[in-house]
Amino acid sequence: MLESRLDPASPEARANETSMRGLVEELRARTAAVAGRGAAGDDEAIERHRSRGKLPVGERIERLLDPGAAFLELSALAAGGMHEDAAPGAGIVTGIGPVEGRLCVIVANDATVKGGSYLPETVKKHLRAQEIALENRLPCLYLVDSGGAYLPLQAEVFPDRDHFGRIFYNQARMSAAGIPQVALVMGSCTAGGAYIPAMSDETVIVRGTGTIFLGGPPLVQAATGEVVSADDLGGSAVHTRVSGVADHEALDDEHALAIARSIVRHLGHRPVALPWERLAPRLPAVAALGAEGSAASLYACVSADARRSVDVREVVARLVDGSELHEFKPEYGETLVCGFAHLDGWPVAILANNGILFSSSALKGAHFIELAAQRRVPLVFLQNIAGFMVGREAEAGGIAKDGAKLVTAVASAEVPKLTVLIGGSFGAGNYAMAGRAYGPRFLWTWPNARISVMGGRQAARVLSTVRAASLPGGVWPSDAEREAFEAPILERYEAEGNPYYATARLWDDGIIDPLNTRRVLSMGIEAALEAPIPETRFGVFRM
Amino acid sequence: MRRLFIANRGEIARRIATTAVRVGIEPVVPPVDGPGAVDLLDPAAVVAAARGALADAVHPGYGFLAESPDLALDVIAAGLTWVGPSPEAIRSLGDKAAARAISRSVDVPVAAGEEPADQSDGSLATAAARIGYPVLVKPVAGGGGKGIRVVATGAELGAALAAARREAARAFGDERLLLERYVRDARHVEVQVLGDLHGALVHLGDRDCSLQRRHQKLLEEAPAPGLPQELRTALWAAAVRVASAVGYANAGTCEFLVGGDGSFVFLEMNARLQVEHPVTELVLARDLVADQLAIAGGARLEELGLTQPAIEERLAAGWHAVEVRLNAEDPARGFLPSAGRVAAVRWPDEATAFGPVGEAGVRVDAGVAEGDEVGGRFDPLLAKVIAVGADRRAALARLGEALDQTEVLGLATNLAFLRRLARLPVVLDGRARIETVEADEAVAAAARGDAGSAPPDRAWQAAARALAGLTGPAGAWGGGWRSSAPAVLRLVAVWADGTVERSVAIQDGSAPDADPPIALDGPVAHVSVDGASVAFALAPPPDLAAARERAAASSSGAAAAPGMVHSPMPGMVVAVHVERGAVLAGGDPIATVEAMKMEHVVRAPGVARVEAVLVRQGEQVERGRVLARLGALPAAGQP
Repeated sequence: MLESRLDPASPEARANETSMRGLVEELRARTAAVAGRGAAGDDEAIERHRSRGKLPVGERIERLLDPGAAFLELSALAAGGMHEDAAPGAGIVTGIGPVEGRLCVIVANDATVKGGSYLPETVKKHLRAQEIALENRLPCLYLVDSGGAYLPLQAEVFPDRDHFGRIFYNQARMSAAGIPQVALVMGSCTAGGAYIPAMSDETVIVRGTGTIFLGGPPLVQAATGEVVSADDLGGSAVHTRVSGVADHEALDDEHALAIARSIVRHLGHRPVALPWERLAPRLPAVAALGAEGSAASLYACVSADARRSVDVREVVARLVDGSELHEFKPEYGETLVCGFAHLDGWPVAILANNGILFSSSALKGAHFIELAAQRRVPLVFLQNIAGFMVGREAEAGGIAKDGAKLVTAVASAEVPKLTVLIGGSFGAGNYAMAGRAYGPRFLWTWPNARISVMGGRQAARVLSTVRAASLPGGVWPSDAEREAFEAPILERYEAEGNPYYATARLWDDGIIDPLNTRRVLSMGIEAALEAPIPETRFGVFRM
Repeated sequence: MRRLFIANRGEIARRIATTAVRVGIEPVVPPVDGPGAVDLLDPAAVVAAARGALADAVHPGYGFLAESPDLALDVIAAGLTWVGPSPEAIRSLGDKAAARAISRSVDVPVAAGEEPADQSDGSLATAAARIGYPVLVKPVAGGGGKGIRVVATGAELGAALAAARREAARAFGDERLLLERYVRDARHVEVQVLGDLHGALVHLGDRDCSLQRRHQKLLEEAPAPGLPQELRTALWAAAVRVASAVGYANAGTCEFLVGGDGSFVFLEMNARLQVEHPVTELVLARDLVADQLAIAGGARLEELGLTQPAIEERLAAGWHAVEVRLNAEDPARGFLPSAGRVAAVRWPDEATAFGPVGEAGVRVDAGVAEGDEVGGRFDPLLAKVIAVGADRRAALARLGEALDQTEVLGLATNLAFLRRLARLPVVLDGRARIETVEADEAVAAAARGDAGSAPPDRAWQAAARALAGLTGPAGAWGGGWRSSAPAVLRLVAVWADGTVERSVAIQDGSAPDADPPIALDGPVAHVSVDGASVAFALAPPPDLAAARERAAASSSGAAAAPGMVHSPMPGMVVAVHVERGAVLAGGDPIATVEAMKMEHVVRAPGVARVEAVLVRQGEQVERGRVLARLGALPAAGQP
């Protein structure tokens, strides 16, 4: 059992706490701002939307979910700071929640944002939600209300592999794999958008507001001279009685949602047999946020000063059931803490950075991942890594091949991987700790996190050192000139390493309040367990 | 007297048992439900149960049973002590016609009225015309306001007679009616009397019970406010004369109507303790049940310190007491009785119960506790809240505070109305008349409440906080959780005549003790909104049938089908007025449902044909039960 050694009254703990509290407040404010402009607000766009008899996207999702259900929204802050900050959430809401008791992926256009059309980040967010559905075998419910691709940026949304067309490819592949695809046409589905309902297993269309057509009335008139109303061209009557493009006609949004629930109710579902039993959940013995006078909060376990760090076991103690960690090789490769635990009753194998990675840490991690894969236990990575050790001794000791072993183990492991960026995520450390490229089922970020190929300070120094080689004498004439050269680099790294920059570009599945980590991981594991866990075959480990 | 059998239930039984214990007598309260239940309406069963319990005395409580001469006779014949007046006194006072005759014989005026021997409609109509409208139609037997009707014009008489006969027959087994001139601007003033078995008889001052709705008392006080002393003295004397004329022993009450002009008429004498006896107790600082027991045991009034000068001296000290009846009823829905389970009760701080008051000057005689099912079968009275003060103003101020501290959650009650009522000028100024509740706009507004279109935000918040995590999906997927945003629960509240739905984002940070009082009953949170119990639950998900109906109704405008006719309250179907196939105009009666002491006529909402009658006369129905199905009329020209 882990015990807290952090004194909540120490100046360091207080500073950490204050710093994280500020960051979480910012996160809440940014999240509220997005919700206010898009899903749940009452600005003019929402009123116009309502005046057409349409429910705002947030209210649609609330009614679709089971009463009282949680909703694990994904990348709520996508496209933040992009497109003149005029595309909150990238105009689409995605997430996971229970519908008729079954976890489903919901993908819902927000027609109050650029008419629900697809910006590059919208496409990326839609595809990521589909990827989650595919990996975890979750039914997809598409609440469609979109004008299709965003034409001014067509080159960034149309032609490439992971662009607009991939949505329909995914639908076909998922349907083939037995993952239900259900569309609710609650607004327009124009051009490419028309394929979302058309490619679905079952489709509902709302009378009066839902339309499906490849070309809208203006395009038809331009192309053929035919003058036709939107409803006559592609309304519910046409599609449920004549064309067969849709299956169910709903009288309004609420009715459509009722039909969708009925569809899910009748999908039939046999839960995957678990390779082990879930235990009764227990709270951590060290409370993440206890009463006054108890242990320091989880916030205090995150150093406000990036050059110092708190023992990562303080974080683990506040996440796992009973604060119990069965630690593996505690005295070996100490910079990577490995251990088995239960989280909300689920067995988990945790890898958490506690300093820079050495050969020994990498070997230990690779060994531990082999254990987890054999036992079919989900892997949880708590990432706070500056990178692998460098220098003559490390290279001579084969750090590259030992690092490669860890990367191979991470890449090959077939158990669900869930990653949380709880601090820095730099260089190859990102790879070794199941960064985005290594296919974790979910990846979340704490608001203090930083992600880049290396730290801004290091990068600036590397670049200024390289630059010095081409200077007369091979040295900078003065520190001031060197610093002037480094400043913009530092600034750029700082901006691009910011978690909001990252989440805007869908490099993660969202920024979370550290206090929600336990819940979010539990949700992620439960979702992941909808898919069977196959046997792992590891690649060749360089010995 | 060692062991006292109490032939009553609920609050009344508790009241009597409390005193019995205090004076060293063992109370026996029979079960009225389940195994070993005693039918309290059957005198023989009561006596058998009392003997079986080895009781040596029977207290009838203060319901209708107390006015049954048969029970008194059987108890006495069985050799047990009867705590009440003699059977003869009960019998002569119980018959209104006889009581009138007695009253006249001792020069106490009675309301101009008639009790025709010929009970035909025609005869009664002639009598009514002679008396002059408005007239009051009353059962000859009985009391408690049951079956009493005010008839404004001759046109309404027929229907009123039929309904009154039906109620009288069912309640008293006697459908004879009498007619009285209806006194305008009348106050209901009554005088408490107490007589011993040795011929001594005193009055214990007066009470005003003018605040009534549908002849059910709502607020009672002692003494009656603002009566000229001569009038007061005259009422006291009249009461003593009537009681003496029948040789009255034990506790009784003479009721009078006092007109706006200061005249008064005798109405009736209730041969029992009254529900509102606590106000007299608090003014006199006496325990009337203890006095009843002592008298039944043979004590003389003098021994009990009950001499008329001593009583009048105490009355002159100016103490004032006010009682309100907290009922399971919905003032905003015409005081329709309500039903439900009591999820939580809270009584005023430091209130005493069933006896002398403490420092706070507040007493609560409650018949309900948490978990009780209320409604339908039994009296709507949940509790009486009584306050006493050195003067009327002080008593009313205390009552207002006490009601603010009171909460009953789980079903509709009149608590919110009582809170407002205790502060209305008409009450504060002592201007209440019998018509006040039904005629005064301020009172009507207090009954309706100023609900607005939805419950206030803080009630939604409190309900959402209470329901999060307790209902809906369990574990991580419950509680309406959202990432980095307030949890959201979609709730439905029962409000006004329907329901209101709202998505509630749970705001943290506010102290839970700032929340309004709240009680959970399974998946339902009952929240106090200024004293009214409002039920909240998770809103159900969109339902196929409901969504279709609602959408169809909104798209086709006002062409709603007549459809189902529902019972507005739980109760018994006492009359079915239609048959299958009947064609009805809007407002035509379909069925009459009675609950407790009220009849409610369910009427056709518009022109329609009866497609099916789904209940029978005598059937017990719950609120919302479909009574009949109506269909549209076939268009002209069709068969």
